[in-house]
Amino acid sequence: MPADTGFDYVRAADTAHALTLLDTPGAKPIAGGTDLVTLLRSGVDRTPLLVDLAALRGQAVRVEPRPPLGGPGIVLDALARMADVAADGWVRATYPVIAQALELSASPQVRNLGTVAGNLAQRTRCPYFRAEAPTPCAKRSPGSGCAARRGVQRGTAVFTADPDCVATHPSDLAVALAALDAEVLVESRAGERTIPVTEFYRPDAETVLRQGDLVTAVAVPPVAAGSRSAYLKVRERASFEFALVSCAAEVVLDGCVIRSARLAVGGVAGHPWRLTEAESALVGLELGAPAVRSAIDTAFAAADPLPGAVFKVELAARAAVRALRAAGSHR
Amino acid sequence: MSRARTRVDGPAKVAGVARYAADHPGPDLRHLALVTATVPAATISTVDTTAASAAPGVVAVLTHENAPRLAPPVGAPYGGRLPLQDNEVHYDGEPVAVVVADTLDHARAAADLVRVDYEVRAAITDFTAVTDLVVPSPPPRWGPADTNVGTPEPAEVTLARVYTTAARHHSPLEPSATHAEWRDGRLFVRDATQGVFGVRTVLSSVLGLPREDIRVVAEYTGGGFGAKGYVWPHQIIAAMTAVHLGGAVRLVLTRAQSFTSHGYQPPTRQRITVAAHRTGRIAALEHDSVSPTATYGGYVEMAANATRVLYAAPAIRTSHRIAPVNTILPTPMRAPHEGPGAFATESLMDELAHELGVDPLWLRLRNHADVDPTSGLPFAAKDLRACYREGARRFGWERRPLAPRSVRDGHDLVGWGMASAVMATFRFPASARVRLRVDGTVVVEAGCQEIGTGTYTILPQVAADVLGCPADQVTLRLGDTDLPETGMTAGSSTTLSVGSAISAAATTLTAQLAELAGADAVSLTGTTLELDGDPDRVVDLADLFAEHDLVEVTADGSFTPTDTGHSLHSFGAVFAEVAVDEDFGTCRVRRLVAVYNAGRIINPLTARGQMTGGLIWGIGQALLEQSTLDHELGRFVSKDLAGYLVATQADVGELEVAFVGEHDPHSGAIGARGIGELGAVGVAPAIANAVFHATGKRIRSLPITPENLL
Repeated sequence: MPADTGFDYVRAADTAHALTLLDTPGAKPIAGGTDLVTLLRSGVDRTPLLVDLAALRGQAVRVEPRPPLGGPGIVLDALARMADVAADGWVRATYPVIAQALELSASPQVRNLGTVAGNLAQRTRCPYFRAEAPTPCAKRSPGSGCAARRGVQRGTAVFTADPDCVATHPSDLAVALAALDAEVLVESRAGERTIPVTEFYRPDAETVLRQGDLVTAVAVPPVAAGSRSAYLKVRERASFEFALVSCAAEVVLDGCVIRSARLAVGGVAGHPWRLTEAESALVGLELGAPAVRSAIDTAFAAADPLPGAVFKVELAARAAVRALRAAGSHR
Repeated sequence: MSRARTRVDGPAKVAGVARYAADHPGPDLRHLALVTATVPAATISTVDTTAASAAPGVVAVLTHENAPRLAPPVGAPYGGRLPLQDNEVHYDGEPVAVVVADTLDHARAAADLVRVDYEVRAAITDFTAVTDLVVPSPPPRWGPADTNVGTPEPAEVTLARVYTTAARHHSPLEPSATHAEWRDGRLFVRDATQGVFGVRTVLSSVLGLPREDIRVVAEYTGGGFGAKGYVWPHQIIAAMTAVHLGGAVRLVLTRAQSFTSHGYQPPTRQRITVAAHRTGRIAALEHDSVSPTATYGGYVEMAANATRVLYAAPAIRTSHRIAPVNTILPTPMRAPHEGPGAFATESLMDELAHELGVDPLWLRLRNHADVDPTSGLPFAAKDLRACYREGARRFGWERRPLAPRSVRDGHDLVGWGMASAVMATFRFPASARVRLRVDGTVVVEAGCQEIGTGTYTILPQVAADVLGCPADQVTLRLGDTDLPETGMTAGSSTTLSVGSAISAAATTLTAQLAELAGADAVSLTGTTLELDGDPDRVVDLADLFAEHDLVEVTADGSFTPTDTGHSLHSFGAVFAEVAVDEDFGTCRVRRLVAVYNAGRIINPLTARGQMTGGLIWGIGQALLEQSTLDHELGRFVSKDLAGYLVATQADVGELEVAFVGEHDPHSGAIGARGIGELGAVGVAPAIANAVFHATGKRIRSLPITPENLL
């Protein structure tokens, strides 16, 4: 790493200490370090101060009869290890989509280190962003443009709202949480606030967090009686690879008729993409009906992929259909 | 004799005790960090090392302006341009400076401070856009660039197709690393290499040092796959810096640098045509391959070589052309030549079978080459028919429905495909020494390498076979230019070539012992010799050595490849079952059955390991591995193992490996032929053919990715 940007390293004693430290311009929190260390070593990211949060780790999953958001649900500790959340009995029974998204993430070794907040805050896997030497990339060098727009595109978004960046966010967990309308609890010295996961990312796959912010937990609201859910991930390699596209589906059925459905797709935008139009169009359809596909297509009408990512629109629609049906037939 | 023997170096490797090139500390060890070009073609206008030189811990910064002058490399394959000798840049990643510092962190930090300004020139990295193709000059053992034998017969069916394969990077676990020490006018090098003698030869010529003043050692090499066969600029930079500054230096390539510092398997574009009679007999084959090379040198991927030998066609015409581009020189990568080439040959055979409505295996038997169809020479101990037969039996091939899209399993379309595998047998001159000590220990010395294939385990078995003792009584010293000279550990050549030299040395040793003992033949057991096969006539080594005033008995042996008038190739048959998700186009390999005909198998356990690894390597080639060039930027994208996908355990289905055939009396002295490369041949076409059988879609471009199958 560059000599002129060597950094300090402090272990935060408690949340208040961490918040004080994180007010330092450029300071970054570190937990599992599975992404940040790579970025620092390659010089893609830099920081004057690393704030180690290890001492702040609490119970991985709390079932909250009365969580801050009201009603029974669960609260995931920001520092909960991915493996611990995936193994939690309550999560597996009530929110299978979360357990599946985690188990399809990364590798066992990474899941043993990586944390909930770290997973949500990881940076895009765009190869131009992560290149060993700077390429045209607005994230690396503001105003330098976007090499992916003229280069290798199969990893790019199909909803390309940001003219300067076509990156996708790689978190599987975020996609599952987006489908469940989960909220991120953020503390700073100015106070506490909650951010819906669907609003946690900007179109360029960066989070909306500001200097001094610390994610402390993720609250997942309760699901309706009879809720079923599933996560589906499409990738070339069978393991240890980010999604080409993925889909989290949660559905409540009346017999085989869809009473409500929530769908979020990964790999298509800078943030998990909720198929809002499709969700309303699906209500009242039979789970196995051909109309399910047409209903899902309504949510892709606005897709605007680069030539090398066109195939992902079809792939994502098919993934959504399969995920929805997998969720419906689950349990 | 074949005998399963577990790896003698396994425990050391698993426990982390085995030390590799960059694992050796030293009191005055300094660390090097390369500064590499970020553009594919340029003239360096200025290089400013002021900040880097002033950075903490920095000892020196070498650039083309102050680096020692080097002489041209001669005598062994060298894949780069001479480093730091001029202000030219011919490829992204070419070294333009090296920082020497007290720690690796200081070296890498200072490397970031070296400022290089370029006058960028137009570059071309897309070889398919090159119009001025060059006729290559391959090394003689690869065969000529072009061949043309026989006269095509009039045919009823003609299929002309274009197949392409992707650029791939070897990506061994151990990145290339060189530790170099200059002391008292002698250069000592520990190197991650597949050939210590080649490294010594190149360093001797470029540095102007006598060979006897250079010693190169490679006790363990952490995977090669061809990446560490040729000598590359980083090795020269490390040695040059050590000589220049004195003391010890270490240079380890970063993973990103591994994508631009030691060659890669070039992509290929292959036009291939088969003409055939409706009876299934081939009337003519044509195979023309184009692949990129560097602007500064010639490397050719001999993709049409498989077509030269696989089938008994009355007419076979092949050609290779190379297209200069702004990348580092491509280089052999497991499996070179036949690896990318058999994808075309063996996919086309499947297309022909489908066109004719016949079983693909039947078609291959129908056109079986009893002699080498291009050279006309007999094959050495070929039994490919047995591979087909045994492979089909183990796989259950006769239950395969002929029509594509016949088998469905849930969302998956299931298909079965097969392909032949073929690999030329490479041989290198080799020498070896066998020493017998009075305590009964046998030490075999040969300067070859252990690159993960089992050399430490296998070669003692060869000596033990001759001496009559258990293999555990024999230890091997290797990877050292002070030991008897061998060729590279590359092209599946080591067991055959070095084994033959060891066999010769052990045979001589046995004769010497017999003479000392006054017998016609001896056999070693522990510390005694049994004479003339008579258990009652035994002489103790201590007595024998004392009688002749000896502390040990030593014999040398060598192997020189000779032309026995045979075509030397190993063969195999690979059968694949794949499942393709119809909605997503994702392909998973459910099982592979592979049967090989490669002469005598010295150690079935390590041989199985080699072939299993080859099959997994082939799965990568078929479905995952591709290095994509961004032609706009002129560089490879995703220079890391998150973006360059190699197969994980989850990608590997059930694997079954078997060998048929026996002793090959023609290739060498021990009945063996090469096997390692062979395992990676034929897998991709078997998978592609299975994908066709599953889906009805013929994919003519590797790797086969979901977007091809949607």
